[in-house]
Amino acid sequence: MTLTLGHFLSLGAMLFALSVIGIYLNRKNLIVLLMAIELMLLAVNTNFVAFSHYLGDLNGQIFVFFILTVAAAESAIGLAILVVLFRNRSTINVDELNSLKG
Amino acid sequence: MMDVKTGLFYVFSAVLLGSAFRVITTRNPVHAVLFLVLAFFQASMIWMLLKVEFLALSLVLVYVGAVMVLFLFVVMMLDVKQDSLREGFWKHFPLAAVVGVLIILEMSAVLMGGFRVSEEPAAVPVVGQVVTEVSNTRELGKLLYTQYLYPLEVAAAILLLAMIAAIALTLRQRKDVKALDPGEQVRVKSADRMKVVKMSATQPYQAIEPVEPTSKENQA
Repeated sequence: MTLTLGHFLSLGAMLFALSVIGIYLNRKNLIVLLMAIELMLLAVNTNFVAFSHYLGDLNGQIFVFFILTVAAAESAIGLAILVVLFRNRSTINVDELNSLKG
Repeated sequence: MMDVKTGLFYVFSAVLLGSAFRVITTRNPVHAVLFLVLAFFQASMIWMLLKVEFLALSLVLVYVGAVMVLFLFVVMMLDVKQDSLREGFWKHFPLAAVVGVLIILEMSAVLMGGFRVSEEPAAVPVVGQVVTEVSNTRELGKLLYTQYLYPLEVAAAILLLAMIAAIALTLRQRKDVKALDPGEQVRVKSADRMKVVKMSATQPYQAIEPVEPTSKENQA
């Protein structure tokens, strides 16, 4: 039994589902929410890489490269916002961040 | 009969999924970050199985080396009370589990049914020619610096933007310290340092009265 594309795509699907569960469970903790988003991006990147390998197309890997770049930027800014938020409100509980009355 | 690659894939996948599960369920956010590091390592190994060496290594360097360390810094810097953040954790668990299992089942059914592509159909052997090993990094670089040059520069601009934004967000002026402001020191002009006051030179003449010798002797 050799590895097929389906193996890798299923792995990506499981990882994605796990991170969706994580967002459901930790909906109050902003840090864990950010980590779950990172896991989602990892699942998506795994899909890209698997397709790129099995279809013999390097463009998928280029896409992963750019996703990595944007994800790094996103987490840097997200964590900076988190730090500012904690400095101002001294909490990262999502339920208490309701000053915009959204 | 499984070959070595398949076995390795299953081992890495098991550790990856286990550590991902620990990321979302662990109580201590520091542990969550460390499990996330483990998850990224396993994902990098799985990418290695797919012969995506450059991206696998850059995943380790960029994510484990930079992003996860940033996460760790922030987690350790913020003094977060965990108990209030975890209330309702198990209340949401059934719904979350149902959603997750649904996603896994549906996607796995579709994917395992539709994508049983055999190993490497694209690696067409060149007939009558010695197949040279092409470097993944070299090919990626060729593509990145020719066809994707503008997106690459946009990515660089995005990284610069993120850097500036992160610094600008977290920088704060402290009022309670007496520190030199180098910018102000550089910007200062000579006119700011010394003020020449023009006065009229015509002061009324006052005769200096001679000091009496008796008081001088008294002082001495």
